[in-house]
Amino acid sequence: MEVKKSNPGNTKRFSGLRHFFSGIPASGWLLAAFAAVLLEFYVGDPLTEILGLPKIPALFGIVIILKKPHLIPGAFAYVGLIYLLPIIIVAKITAPATNWVSEKLDRMPLWFSAILHLVLLYFVLEIWTDISDYRLLMLKLTLIAIMITLSLNIINGYMGEFSCSHPGFIALGAYVASVFTVGLFVNDRLLGHALLPQALGQFLFPIGLILGGLVAAVGALIVAIPSFRTRGDYLAIISLAFMFIVKSLIENLEVVGGPRGLGGQPDWATLPTVFVWAVLCVWTINNFVESTMGKALNAVRDEESAADAMTVNTRKTKMIAFMFGAFWAGVGGGLFAHVLRYVNPGTFGIKKLAEVLAMVYFGGLNSVFGSIVGAVSFNLLSEALRPLEIFKWIIIPVLLILVMIYRPTGLIAFKHFNVKKILRPRPGSKERV
Amino acid sequence: MPLLQVKNMTHFFTGLRAVHNYNLEINPGEIRGLIGPNGAGKTTIFNLLTGVLRPTEGEITLEGTDIIGLRPHQIAARGIGRTFQNMKLWRHMTVLEHVKMAHYSQLSYGLTGAFFGTKKRVRQENEIEEHAHTLLALMDADQFADQKVLNLPYGVQRRVEMARALATRPKILFLDEPTVGMTPEELVGMMNVFRKIHNELGLAIFLIEHRMKVVMEFCQRVQTLVFGEVIAEGTPDEIQNDPRVIEAYLGKEEVA
Repeated sequence: MEVKKSNPGNTKRFSGLRHFFSGIPASGWLLAAFAAVLLEFYVGDPLTEILGLPKIPALFGIVIILKKPHLIPGAFAYVGLIYLLPIIIVAKITAPATNWVSEKLDRMPLWFSAILHLVLLYFVLEIWTDISDYRLLMLKLTLIAIMITLSLNIINGYMGEFSCSHPGFIALGAYVASVFTVGLFVNDRLLGHALLPQALGQFLFPIGLILGGLVAAVGALIVAIPSFRTRGDYLAIISLAFMFIVKSLIENLEVVGGPRGLGGQPDWATLPTVFVWAVLCVWTINNFVESTMGKALNAVRDEESAADAMTVNTRKTKMIAFMFGAFWAGVGGGLFAHVLRYVNPGTFGIKKLAEVLAMVYFGGLNSVFGSIVGAVSFNLLSEALRPLEIFKWIIIPVLLILVMIYRPTGLIAFKHFNVKKILRPRPGSKERV
Repeated sequence: MPLLQVKNMTHFFTGLRAVHNYNLEINPGEIRGLIGPNGAGKTTIFNLLTGVLRPTEGEITLEGTDIIGLRPHQIAARGIGRTFQNMKLWRHMTVLEHVKMAHYSQLSYGLTGAFFGTKKRVRQENEIEEHAHTLLALMDADQFADQKVLNLPYGVQRRVEMARALATRPKILFLDEPTVGMTPEELVGMMNVFRKIHNELGLAIFLIEHRMKVVMEFCQRVQTLVFGEVIAEGTPDEIQNDPRVIEAYLGKEEVA
């Protein structure tokens, strides 16, 4: 499918740069990012004053560049001095040390090494978001977007069905989790007095999220069962109908506020909570798609009758895919509701669908890595281009169209997400074979 | 007791009689042939026996148990392996993944294993990977294990498909025109594969084939199917000289 176009001039031009960075392991980059965010934490404010910027640029200065062109030099200098230079210097200088560490970790169990890297990543994000609440909110929404994109990729990418029901699953998860927390732990106008002390809620919050996921998974059966008999356009229409059914169901349920929505969710979707759930989601989904049971999805997609003849239970496989995808969409929805602390059914319409589909197809089908890249880049882009107002909705679709023309299956499609390979040490000399 | 027994099987496609009163008995280790002109219903018979279609009338028993109404994957898991006329390989998967996939019914780690990567899963995945390599080596295709199937030459794809069918651990292998479109060298390779399957694994084989050379060499008994009905059955020699078979293939001789 994907023929790699070899462009000798291009690779030559970048080979020097690539070689310069090739000897740095993942731990090195994380350490460097850690240094950069620490630097920003301590000298960010004085530096913005020196450079004449109004405040610390929230998203790498892109917003400032687009809004106030006369501050472009300052923004560039800030990004260069805080991020680019420190990251490159620290990563390069510590490369021998981090390689040594990575080599030691490489011999230990993978989970141990992965957790260490994740803890470091968490602290990088934690310090980065300490600068502004805007960053914190954006990061949480991005992590949730990763979960939702990945869960849709199971159905649309790995199984190759065009399902449009995802906003419905997200809505189910969001509302069930909200009703759980608001109903049990909060004095609410609609759902009555708190039944349990709020202090207990922190610990029971995961149960609410899982409940939301399970309800979404049961809802997924409504789409999964027709998928035994139809594929393609027809299933797309059925799943679209499901989305609208959920939306109008909630609009007509006065108990949860109807079209006005439901608010007052307790602030339990903190950064650590969202981060842990996102990691769990990526971990289980990656486990699943790398197993032979998960690869049965690909077999069903590519040639269903052959899958059947090779003992693959195709109905069970489709059901698992829909329910598993819906589960994580539901959990993502529950977190979404608690990050914004308000949900209304209008959020889960066609616009949400377009956004989720765009992230999946932009990032790449059949690829965990692609979904992460898709969700992060799409979120960053749509935030960073906000000052362009209406032009944002021209630039992003044009980008999408370009990706579809030049890479029809997305930026990073059909790629394995191999954690061991990502975390491996990269001593420069061995790399240059 | 025969391994597979079919009695008076008839199938209608909404009014069109595709198969009529079909009978078959295959014993362990036997090689059976099914020949007939295009559109005679050979592949329909395969689809009926493997559960893709449900016969309108008749009985099918595998090792004495009725298999009508079972879903194709259940029949496959009970011991009928098959290959397809147009191979039906999975375009985005590697050779090794193909052969591993066909072990699906032999995996028992369940969803817990799939989601959380338990020890049981690691063990079972290793086991089937080893078995897959053994089968690929038997088919002379192990050197292609990590390649995408679509990039491979036709003859190799055919052997991969055969390894995939063997991975279901069949008792009978249904081969639907396995040598169609092959070059002479590829044909020789394929015939070696048949010999291996028959001699080393002792499988029963049910073969749809157009090349008389292959049929003559391997099949112990051959049926000729025309318009859904068996018009002749016997040893390859008998079939080849049967006037009804010659008529079906070449048309009636005009007597001057």
